[in-house]
Amino acid sequence: MMIGLEPTLTHYLLLSAALLTISIIGMIANRRNMLTILMAIELLLLSSNINFIAFSAFLGDMNGQVMTMFVLATAAAESAIGLALLIVVFRRRGEITVETINILKG
Amino acid sequence: MLLIILLPLIAAIIVGFWGRRLPRGASHLICCSAVGISMVLSFYLLWRVNQGYRFDDDIYTWLDLGFTRLTIGFLIDPLSVLMMAIVTFISFLVHVYTIGYMKDDKGYARFFAYISFFTFAMLMLVSANNFLQMFFGWEGVGLASYLLIGFWYTRESAIKAGMKAFLMNRVGDFGFIIGISLLFATLKTANFSEIFVRIDELQGLTVSLFPDYELPLITTICVALFFGAMGKSAQMPLHVWLPDSMEGPTPISALIHAATMVTAGIFMVARMSPVFEWSDTVLSLIIIIGATTAVFMAILGLVQNDIKRVIAYSTLSQLGYMTVALGVSAYSIALFHLMTHAFFKALLFLAAGSVIIALHHQQDLRKMGGLRRIMPITYITTLIGAWALIGLPPFAGFFSKEPIIEATKYSTLTGHHYAYIALTIGVFLTACYTFRMIFLAFHGQPRFDVHHDRGYQAPKESPLAVTVPLILLAIPSIFAGFLFIKPMLFGNFFDRSLVVASEHHAMVDLTENWHGIGAYFLHIPSTPAFWLALLGVVVAWFFTLRQPQASAVLIRTFTPLYKFLINHFYFDAFYEKIIARGTVAFSRMSTLVVETMGIEGFLVEMPIKIVRWSASLLRHLQTGYLYHYALAMVLGLLLLITRWGMI
Amino acid sequence: MTFSAFLFYTFSAILIGSAISVVSTRHPIHSALSLVLAFFTTAAIWVTLGAEFLGLALVVIYVGAVMVFFLFVIMMVNVRDFKKPKSNWRVYFVPLLLVGVLMFAELAMLIIYSTGGRGAVPEPETRNTFLLGKAMFDHYIYALEIVAVLLLSAMVAAIALTHRKTSSTKRQVPSEQIAIKRDDRVRLVKMDVVRDEDEPEDNKKQADK
Repeated sequence: MMIGLEPTLTHYLLLSAALLTISIIGMIANRRNMLTILMAIELLLLSSNINFIAFSAFLGDMNGQVMTMFVLATAAAESAIGLALLIVVFRRRGEITVETINILKG
Repeated sequence: MLLIILLPLIAAIIVGFWGRRLPRGASHLICCSAVGISMVLSFYLLWRVNQGYRFDDDIYTWLDLGFTRLTIGFLIDPLSVLMMAIVTFISFLVHVYTIGYMKDDKGYARFFAYISFFTFAMLMLVSANNFLQMFFGWEGVGLASYLLIGFWYTRESAIKAGMKAFLMNRVGDFGFIIGISLLFATLKTANFSEIFVRIDELQGLTVSLFPDYELPLITTICVALFFGAMGKSAQMPLHVWLPDSMEGPTPISALIHAATMVTAGIFMVARMSPVFEWSDTVLSLIIIIGATTAVFMAILGLVQNDIKRVIAYSTLSQLGYMTVALGVSAYSIALFHLMTHAFFKALLFLAAGSVIIALHHQQDLRKMGGLRRIMPITYITTLIGAWALIGLPPFAGFFSKEPIIEATKYSTLTGHHYAYIALTIGVFLTACYTFRMIFLAFHGQPRFDVHHDRGYQAPKESPLAVTVPLILLAIPSIFAGFLFIKPMLFGNFFDRSLVVASEHHAMVDLTENWHGIGAYFLHIPSTPAFWLALLGVVVAWFFTLRQPQASAVLIRTFTPLYKFLINHFYFDAFYEKIIARGTVAFSRMSTLVVETMGIEGFLVEMPIKIVRWSASLLRHLQTGYLYHYALAMVLGLLLLITRWGMI
Repeated sequence: MTFSAFLFYTFSAILIGSAISVVSTRHPIHSALSLVLAFFTTAAIWVTLGAEFLGLALVVIYVGAVMVFFLFVIMMVNVRDFKKPKSNWRVYFVPLLLVGVLMFAELAMLIIYSTGGRGAVPEPETRNTFLLGKAMFDHYIYALEIVAVLLLSAMVAAIALTHRKTSSTKRQVPSEQIAIKRDDRVRLVKMDVVRDEDEPEDNKKQADK
C-alpha cells in the first residue's frame, strides 16, 4: 500500500479523520466553555462533509454533495437549537462552564 | 321444549330485577304461571317420550376448539324427562305453597326469583347433553341453594349454614371437575352420547394423579364423579351441610334439600351409568358409602328435636338408599325411589312447614303436640307421607324401598351383605324416628306456649295455598308406587338411557322374581323390612306416648352415646377443629414461609437489594459531566473499530 | 508535486492548525475566529474538489450567518471566568492525547487499508451547480422538503426556548373572548327620568318661531 504525495481519496479521508479526532478530543478535553463544544460539533460535521464531498468527487456522483447540503442544513438547525439552549442555561445559572454543570449526576 | 327450561329463567329475571317495583301479587303470578306452564309442558314431553320420542342435539355452539366443540345442547330421554317432570311438579307446588308460607316476608319477590332460578338451573342440569352444561346447572343449583339457605341473611346461623353448604358442595364439585376434566382430556369431548360410545377406549388406561403412582383411569374418573355426587347428594362424609341447610325457609327445604337438588348427585350417577358400569371398585364404594349413610343418618334422626332436622336426617338416610341402589346397578330403582321420595319428602317438609307457621315459627318438637285435632289436613297428609317414607304397603315408599333391599340381596359386589343388613336396620330406624316425630307433633298433650295477648292467634289450619299442595303431593305419595313400579322397574320405560353391564345382574334377578303387583302384596309378610317397620312404629309409640319418661331413662343410662349422637358423630366438630383449623394453620404457615420469606423476602426483596447494591457501585460512573459521557462513547467506538474494523 | 497537491497540503495544514486552535484556545472569540478560518480553508478544499457551489454556500452560510450568530451569543453571555479551569489540565491531558492518537491511528489504518493507493481524483465536472440542483430537486425533492420543515421547527424551537415573556406584552385570549357574556360588557342602570327644566321653554320658542 503505497501512498503517494499526489492527493487521492485516501488523503482526503485522512484529513477528515484528523479533523474528527481533533474535534472529538477537543470536545472531551474542554472543561470551560459550552460554546467551544458547539464549535467542536461544527468541526465534526465539517469533517463528515469533507468525507462526503471527497467520495462524491472520487465517484463522479452528485449524491454525496446533496447529502452535504442536507448535513449543512441539519448543522444549522443543530447550532440554532444548541445556542438557544446555551442561552437558556446561561439565564438560569449565570454561567456556561461545563465543569459545574452536573445535575445529571446520579 | 326449550320453553320448559327458559320460562323459569325469564320469570326469575323479571321478578329478580324488577320484583321490588312489582306488586306482591305480580311476583307470584309470574313465577307460578311460568313454572306451571313449564310443568304442563314437561308432562306433555313425558308422554311424548313414553311414546318413543327422543331428542339429542346441540342448539348452540359456545366455543369451537378445533378438535372439539363446546356446545349448548339438550338430551331428552326417559331419564331426563322423568327428572324434568318431577322437578317442575314439585317446584310448581312449592311455588304455590310459598304464596301462603312467605306471605309476611319482606323478601317475597326475591324469594320467588331465587326459586324460579333454581328451577331453571335444575332443568339445565337434568336436560344437558354434555358435561359443561350439566356442570353449569350443577353450579347453578348450588348457587341457588346457597342463596336460599342464607335467605334470612340477618340471621347469623343462616349465613353460616349457607356458607357451610357452599363450601361442602365445593369439595364435592372439585371431584366432579376432576372427573369431567379427565374424561375431557382423554376423549376430547364433553358430549354424553359420544362419551358413552367411546368409553371402552379407556379400558386399561392409567392416569398418574400423583407422581409415580398409576391409577386405573376409569376408576379414577368414577371416584371423582361420585365424589361430586357425594357432595351434592350429601353422602357421608360430606353430609354435614344438609341438616344445617334447614336454616332456610321451609319451602326451600322441601324443594331443594329434599326433593330435587340433593337428587342431582343420584341423577348424575344414573346418567353416567355407562361409565360407572366399568368399575366394580367404585360401585362397591358407592354401596358402602350409601349403606353407611342410610343407617347412621337414621340413627341421628332419632335424637333430633327440631322437626325439620328430623326430616332432613331422614332425607340423608333415604339418599343413602338411593346411593346403594346405584351401587348395585339398579339405577331404575334408584330413580324410582328418587321419584317417590321426592313426592313424600316434599310432602313431609311442606307439612312440617305448615305446622311451623301454625306455631309461629316454632320448630322444636318438644313444644308441639296435640295438633291432630287443630290441623286435620296437615295431620292426615303428614301421616300419608310418613307411611310412604317408612315403606308401609301400599304407599309409594314401599314399592321403591323394598326393591332396593331386594336388589342388595341379589347383588354380587363387595359390600352387598353389609348394605343389606344396614338397609334393613335402616327401615326400622326410619319407622322409629318418623313416628316419633308424628307422635310428638300431633298426638299427646299440647306443649306449645299459648300467649293470651291480643295479637296472638291460636294455632289453626293453614290457608289453602298451603294445604292444596299438601293434598296434591299426598296423592302421588299414595299411588305413585304401584302405578309406576311396573313400567319403571321392570318395563322398558328407561329404554337405553340407563346401561347395566351383564355381570351386574341384581336387576335381572329382581325382574325374574317379579310376578305382578298382586303377588308382590302377598309377598309382604315374608319380608323382614315390613315387620321391622311396624316394630319401629310400635317402639316409637312406646317411647313417646306410652312411656315418655322411658326415653329420658335411656338417655341417662347411655349419656356418652347420646352426646355422641346429639353432636352428629362429631362430624361437625371434626371439620371445624381439624380441617378448618388445620387449613388456617397451614395457611398461616405458608404465609410465613412462602409469602413472607419466599416471595417477599427472596423473590421481591432480593432483586431489589441486588439492584440497589450494584447501583450504588455503578452510580459513581454517572458523574453528570458531559465530557465523561463523550469519552465513554469514543472509547466504545475505539473498541468496536479494534474488534470488527480490522478484519 | 503538482499545483493541486500543493494547494491541498497548504489548505490541509491551515485547516488542521485552525481546528486545533478552535478547541484549544481559551478565549471563545479566538475559537470562533479560528472556526471561521477552518471554514474558509474547507471551502477552498471543496472548490479544488470541484464542489464550487457547496464551497461558496459554506462561506456564505457558515462564515456569513452561523458564525455571526455564534459571535452574537458569545457577546450575549457572560464569559468572565473563562480563564480559570478548575480541574488540573495536566492530569487528563496526556491520557486524552493518547486516546486521540490511538483513535486517529486506527482510523488511518482503516482508511489506508481499505482505500490506500486507489482513488486518484478524476477531473471535476464543470457543471457542478447545475448537476447539484438537478439531483436535489429531482431525486431528493421530498428530503429537501423535510429538511425545510426541520429548519423551520428548529427556528420555532429556538425562539420558543429563548423567548422571554415580558409583562408589557399584550395578548388576546380567544377562549375568554368567546366565553364572555353580555353582563360582563354592559351594565344596565335603572335611573329616574330627569326632566330638563328648559325644555318646555325651548319648545315654546320653537313654536313662536
